[in-house]
Amino acid sequence: MKSLAVVALAFAITGGIMTMGCNGSGSGSKADSTSGNDNTILGAGATFPNPLYSKMFSEYNKNTGLKVNYQSIGSGGGIQQLTSKTVDFGASDAPLNGKQDSALSAPAVHIPITAGAVVLSYNLPDFKDTLNLSPDVLAKIFLGDIKKWNDPQIQAINKGAKLPATDILVAHRSDGSGTSNIFTTYLSKVSTDWDSKVGKGSSVNWPVGLGGKGNEGVAGSIKQTPGAIGYIELAYAIQNNMAYAKMQNKAGNWVLPSIASVTAAANIAIPADAKVSLTNTDAADGYPISGLTWILVYKEQKYGDRSLDRATKILKMIQWMVHDGQQYCAPLNYAPLSPNAVSVADAQLKTITYDGKPVLQ
Amino acid sequence: MEQQSDNAILTRPETNSGRVIISDKTPEPMSDTKRIKKSYRQIRAEKWFRHLIFYVALATIILVLGIMVTLAWQSKLSIQSSGFGFLWGKTWDPVRDVFGVYPFLLGTLLTSFLALILSIPFSFAVAIFLGEYYRKGWVPDLLKNTVELIAAVPSVIYGFWGLAVLVPIVRGFETKIGVDPVGLGIFTSSLILAIMIIPYAASLGRSMIQMVPANLKEAAYSLGATRWEVIRSVILPYTRSGLFAGIMLSLGRALGETMAVTMVIGNTSLIPKNIFSPGNTMASVIANEFTEADHPVYLSALIELGLVLFVVTVIINMVGKRMIKGFSN
Amino acid sequence: MRNHVKYRIGKSIGFQALTILLSVACVVPLIFILVYIIQAGITKINWQFLTNLPKPVGEKGGGIANALLGSIIIIATSSVIAIPFGILCGIYLSENKNSKLAYWSRLCIDVLQGIPSIVIGIVAYFWLVKPLGGFSSLSGSVALAIMMLPIVVRSTEETLLLLPDSLREAAYALGMPFHRVILKVIVPCGISGILSGVMLSIARITGETAPLLFTAFGNPYLSTNIFKPMQSLPLLIFNYATSPYNDWHDLAWGASCILLIWVLLLNISTKLLTRKWKVQL
Repeated sequence: MKSLAVVALAFAITGGIMTMGCNGSGSGSKADSTSGNDNTILGAGATFPNPLYSKMFSEYNKNTGLKVNYQSIGSGGGIQQLTSKTVDFGASDAPLNGKQDSALSAPAVHIPITAGAVVLSYNLPDFKDTLNLSPDVLAKIFLGDIKKWNDPQIQAINKGAKLPATDILVAHRSDGSGTSNIFTTYLSKVSTDWDSKVGKGSSVNWPVGLGGKGNEGVAGSIKQTPGAIGYIELAYAIQNNMAYAKMQNKAGNWVLPSIASVTAAANIAIPADAKVSLTNTDAADGYPISGLTWILVYKEQKYGDRSLDRATKILKMIQWMVHDGQQYCAPLNYAPLSPNAVSVADAQLKTITYDGKPVLQ
Repeated sequence: MEQQSDNAILTRPETNSGRVIISDKTPEPMSDTKRIKKSYRQIRAEKWFRHLIFYVALATIILVLGIMVTLAWQSKLSIQSSGFGFLWGKTWDPVRDVFGVYPFLLGTLLTSFLALILSIPFSFAVAIFLGEYYRKGWVPDLLKNTVELIAAVPSVIYGFWGLAVLVPIVRGFETKIGVDPVGLGIFTSSLILAIMIIPYAASLGRSMIQMVPANLKEAAYSLGATRWEVIRSVILPYTRSGLFAGIMLSLGRALGETMAVTMVIGNTSLIPKNIFSPGNTMASVIANEFTEADHPVYLSALIELGLVLFVVTVIINMVGKRMIKGFSN
Repeated sequence: MRNHVKYRIGKSIGFQALTILLSVACVVPLIFILVYIIQAGITKINWQFLTNLPKPVGEKGGGIANALLGSIIIIATSSVIAIPFGILCGIYLSENKNSKLAYWSRLCIDVLQGIPSIVIGIVAYFWLVKPLGGFSSLSGSVALAIMMLPIVVRSTEETLLLLPDSLREAAYALGMPFHRVILKVIVPCGISGILSGVMLSIARITGETAPLLFTAFGNPYLSTNIFKPMQSLPLLIFNYATSPYNDWHDLAWGASCILLIWVLLLNISTKLLTRKWKVQL
């Protein structure tokens, strides 16, 4: 009997320890991880702004003590986890499309945070200059029609450059990616061939190439594979000392991706719902493969067991990101929001309600 | 004196003599009601414990059934929409909701069988070495333990090492033979898988070979056979089904391996052109795309893929285990 | 005739040499991998490494404290779930060898052993992540517990089957009830076999990543809350190894070194324990 009592006691103690680790959050069957008043916010999504977000969240933690657990699993992942309500906010470089909108149980709000450049990074160890790429050549490379680096079409736009006779190894995303979305939206706009054969989206049927997980994975692939070319966010290329190409924009100019050229491309009127594509910009000195990145939250914050306090914390954090947090954009080579974008972001924040009443006044 | 050694197992460690200590005081005899109550208590406790372990064993069956039901239920959506075309569809296009897993089936089979072919000579060599040539001693012990340690190293470490060391080597090799010098791909995954699955066939083979009856071998030797001829004509035929079972187990392990393969296979959903191209296996697709399946059919298609993987690995493992049981009987 | 015999003997010796060569060649990659990882990782380990949290992307000085704590908590929770369950099941299987239930239970344990870890992760996602509304280390622990179960059950069953029946009969003859016979006599006698099964199962799950990908999810902060996401060593290695940042690669090497030494120590101690018991695990 004594041994049975010991066994039962052991079960009871372990059960007790497990519930103690609960920190008072409601753990009934309807609880979601977004409830509870411990000081952690959970977010997931785009890898595109991850260098910026990780810096912003770290600074915000120093200022206010709020912990943000952001997992960069790709825009597709962010949208999926927001749809399943397993995270407080999602992050995506692709605005929700019709299918994703209908999968949501309640409307979501897009809040723009920053704009960045999707650069074409390449690994040509003996080529010291900056490569020029035109939209046509770029589409052909990613369609698999141009296979070698010293192809005449590439040579034609890079006069005087010594390109090797090696194969081009394309790297693309293997996961659902907003960066892919920006890139393929651009390609669909500039190449009818690409539009009909592949189309645009976060996850497309790539005709050629190697898959990498996240911007991190693609950057890693390019960095380690001589002869590779792939599309990644500017911050990744700079942080890893990787070379990237100049793109020919709509006006015909060869533009190097930078804060200035992205800002020029982003200097357009942002609609009220903040869903806009910056690709193939009309601006003369704008970089043509730019994109905004958004944070997504539900419009009505009272769902599951969420408290007003939690909703306020999240919105205050996003508000900080749109205002004071913007100081961290430039050092990491992201373009700060234009004044127009900031006012749209503020307006969007004000539409978010808790139990019908706006959270931020 | 003999009594003492029997008691030694039954007595508690705190007694220092190995004998049951008889106290000086005779215990008070228990009243009848007390004795009856104690017996009833003991009977109840005994019943309770028997029921407990019964339900625990039942629970394992329910667990496995639950796993199968969950997988089947969640794949329902995809089964309804893709039908049997799922298995031989050549395109995996989540954007257009076209889900064909033929490229992944091919990738899985290619990597697993190539790994098997590469690892079998080594597994069998170890099995014969330990089972026949050097059965006892510290050298075979060391070899046996080292081979078993191969199975102990976590898969993600193999993947990381493969990424850092093997991929550049394979890339150099590919440059020499004129193929796309990517480094990542089916060939590299097969190499790493081959290393990882050596222990399974090796340890099973070793037990099988050790079980060959000595009189069979001695009869062959007495007829003038050399060691090699005994192995070839007596041991290998005798253990044939056991060795095959070992291969099945290695195969089962290779089919389900996820992490090491995901890190070096190149993650492309196209049909691989040759063994040096990048590709995908069923497990690596699930690992890469699960957290971002953003609409129900996509998620369901991934679960259906998991179901296919489940069925294939379980069948192969069960075949292997049945063969071992048949052999031991 | 003599030449023919010499030829046959020559073949035999040749085959023996081949066997020795291949066996040794087998071991070479493992030694190489172990040495490489330890040498790449050992230089990265220092007090900062063990106690710091990861820094924002691109900044130096990060550490793996959250992954270390997370791994320990996840493994401890899995053990608490799987070990009592597994031992009790093993007891049933060894005491009721021929019952119908034992046959099916054994079959199911065999099936469980063959299921790929990623499939178990999928199931844990649907059983725990969705209903609880979020990622949690508990769901990861449950997935790992399911993987531990077959090893614990089989080792318990086989250890207890090795014990002589006379032991049980002697205990019954003294009038002990069934539960006392098992818990006070049989299990303590077989404790080293059971313990080695437990240690092997822990070693197995320490390095598992796939089930944690969509259950424990990861967390850049120290966390002890099992109802929330948590980081673990193998997850960290996977994420950092596939990234392009050299700082993160360094962290991954250090973490790999620690993980490897942890797993090897567990396995070597198990082997020393099993010397006493010739248990086939």
